[in-house]
Amino acid sequence: MSGGAERDPISGYMTTGHEWNGIKELNTPVPRAVWFFLITTVLFAVVWWVLMPAWPLGNTYTKGLLGIDQRQVVQHDLRRAAERMPPWRGAVLRLDYASIQADPALMGQVRRHGAVLFGDNCAACHGLGGRGGPGFPALASGSWLWGGAPEVLAETIRVGINSDHPETRVSQMPAFGRDQMLSRPEILAVLGHVRSLSGGNPGSELGRDLFAANCAACHGEDAHGAVELGAPNLTDPTWIYGGDEETIFKTIFFGRQGHMPRWDQRLSELDRKVLALYVADLAAGGTDGTH
Amino acid sequence: MVAKLTRAERQFALILLGLMALCGLVMAAGANDDLFALHGGLILAVAVGLSFLVISGLDAPEPPPERLAEYYDAPSRVAIVLTMGWALFGLAVGDWVAWMLAYPHLTVDAAWASFGRIRPMHTTGVIFGFGGNALIATSFHVVQRTCRTRLAGQFSPWFVLLGYNLFCLLAVSGYPLGITQSKEYAEPEWYVDLWLCVVWVTYLVLYLRTLAQRREPHIYVANWYYLAFIVVVAMLHIVNNIAMPVAWNHSRAYSAFAGVQDAMTQWWYGHNAVAFFLTAGFLGMMYYYLPVRAQRPIFSYRMSIISFWGITFMYMWAGSHHLHYTALPHWVQTLGMTFSLVLLVPSWGSAANALLTLNGAWHRVRDDATLRFMMVAAIFYGLTTFEGSFMAIRAVNSLSHYTDWTIGHVHAGALGWVAFISFGALYSLTPALWGRQRMHSAWAVEAHFWLALAGTLIYVFSMWNSGVIQGLMWRTYDSGGTLAYSFIDTVVAMHPYYIARAVGGALFLAGAGIGAWNVWMTIRSPDTVSQPAGGDRPLTILAGE
Repeated sequence: MSGGAERDPISGYMTTGHEWNGIKELNTPVPRAVWFFLITTVLFAVVWWVLMPAWPLGNTYTKGLLGIDQRQVVQHDLRRAAERMPPWRGAVLRLDYASIQADPALMGQVRRHGAVLFGDNCAACHGLGGRGGPGFPALASGSWLWGGAPEVLAETIRVGINSDHPETRVSQMPAFGRDQMLSRPEILAVLGHVRSLSGGNPGSELGRDLFAANCAACHGEDAHGAVELGAPNLTDPTWIYGGDEETIFKTIFFGRQGHMPRWDQRLSELDRKVLALYVADLAAGGTDGTH
Repeated sequence: MVAKLTRAERQFALILLGLMALCGLVMAAGANDDLFALHGGLILAVAVGLSFLVISGLDAPEPPPERLAEYYDAPSRVAIVLTMGWALFGLAVGDWVAWMLAYPHLTVDAAWASFGRIRPMHTTGVIFGFGGNALIATSFHVVQRTCRTRLAGQFSPWFVLLGYNLFCLLAVSGYPLGITQSKEYAEPEWYVDLWLCVVWVTYLVLYLRTLAQRREPHIYVANWYYLAFIVVVAMLHIVNNIAMPVAWNHSRAYSAFAGVQDAMTQWWYGHNAVAFFLTAGFLGMMYYYLPVRAQRPIFSYRMSIISFWGITFMYMWAGSHHLHYTALPHWVQTLGMTFSLVLLVPSWGSAANALLTLNGAWHRVRDDATLRFMMVAAIFYGLTTFEGSFMAIRAVNSLSHYTDWTIGHVHAGALGWVAFISFGALYSLTPALWGRQRMHSAWAVEAHFWLALAGTLIYVFSMWNSGVIQGLMWRTYDSGGTLAYSFIDTVVAMHPYYIARAVGGALFLAGAGIGAWNVWMTIRSPDTVSQPAGGDRPLTILAGE
């Protein structure tokens, strides 16, 4: 219902003269500040378009007077980062493992850098601080499948275990039950013997004999394992899959073939070397994996 | 509801429901995958349920012709109830997700309850369920009042409302089953998208026809915004969802876009969904209920024009600011950033226009929690649009992107602006539509206001803190040139903020619970007021024309 324009007593402005179901509008001019900021922001936009890549022109675009492009910026930043590589990185790349381990300042850098690398790449399986979890070795325990020297760790990290790297470490525990190499009572006998090795109740004669015949080839006569085969030590209290009867039965019955990815395509040589030193240090108690 | 329709309209409804049931049956029986069959069954069940409703009223007497001389508010009334229902659902799921982020074990060991499936139930529930129904309820109400004419259809408003809610139901029921095309805020698959297309075009035609029949010489600002919302959402929805189904009887489809074009189309959609669904539509709401409640004229008609055209033109360009520092060419990012900056001016123009309208009515803001809802909404609108333009600057975005700051920003807008203006509008609209003097309990509105405000502030502040800390931790190097924190360190640092966020969400949900109770009690209250003669009616008697 449009009536005449009237003056609003509170603001002092005129209304537009229209009314919609009781709603009126004032004809207040647009405040100066609005025009000011509108013009300023548009001017900024125009200046920015002139300076930066901005408008499409068919198959190309306006490149901008500054000649900036995000791809070049990234390449430039990477180049500069490489040029300004802190000295400790060069030292870690150059020196052998023993010399690095003997240098407390370098090891301080290794611990800081290693903690981040470990957290982002390894902790998802091996746990924060390398505490491990069901199916994933506890690296802080010092109980090694393939050896705990930093050179050896570096190689494990490079090629992985049962990975698609041509030089991958390969290891498999056969499925003694499923593939009918041992009967159920025989598995139970071996199980009893295996549990006795790490301090459980003494096992049976049969278990000991079966172990010698079937398991000792990899795990060793003394069951201390073999790092050249990736066979775990069965006499220590550390278990990868679990040391309870049910889990050991499963392990013997179905076998095991763990997997660790290769990292040669994901991490640089420097990062792998730092990680190897860091993991060795974790096991030696040099760091607990926290900051 | 059925008795207000003519016999012919009832029969037409029955035929449509029959077709829908047939469609559901064919989907269920001929399906190539179980999920498609399940959705076919759901459509069949909804069609059969609604058929019973229509059949029960089929033989009711013809409605009196005088009804055409009154406003058509029954669809809005149902939409209000649906709005509150979806609000409770969407907010509750959201708070569950928030607790799950703080304590990941707060879930059941089942695929349907995983984060990736629950989260879209929250976003769809609140944006499309709560927000969409609030927009339909208020747009139907506002367009009639400001055009002084009845809705230009007797059956189509029901088709729009119920069809839209079927879309929401199909979307939300699909996610836990694993039906998604993985486009954020556009997750539903092709057949659900097609259905929304039909519903939305009907909505547009209904709205345009009502505007065409207006008894006012001018179209009020609120209708500009509602119309922009309807037109642009149709455009966005259709383009972003172009896809080729695997088969007519399979739930999967493949998008027409790939790679960076897909990302750009998705964020052109995503950002303009924020602009035209969550901004334009709710500005329409604000432009009606705020001046009515404040009993003040709009501060400046001229500023409305600047803001409206600024917002509708500028937002279209801004989507690429979601893809800074990605494979998207630099020049597209430049355009997205610069238009986002200019956009701040019309956005603040709208917020200022709302707040300056309150001049002369601040005593009402103090006394009336409903008006205070709308005042706070305008403040959060200004805050969020400033933040949005700020975050669109590439250098700022390099810190804020992928962090919880984005979540904080979205919720400052979604809770502080969208939900606050909706609750303000609903508290004005509910008593009006049921002919009550006021809401059942003024105290409950007050309690809802403070719970919602406390919840929003806790939520937003915790996410700001969390996001900035997260962003800084990701980019902190020590003196040896080494990243100082691993990703898991940042997750640990977020934990207290995640708890705070979930508490804030719980407060907001509690407020909405009180609101739903209050709306329900108002509906059931016997205290009706008689309408003043010739008051809330269309201007010209249409019957007999």
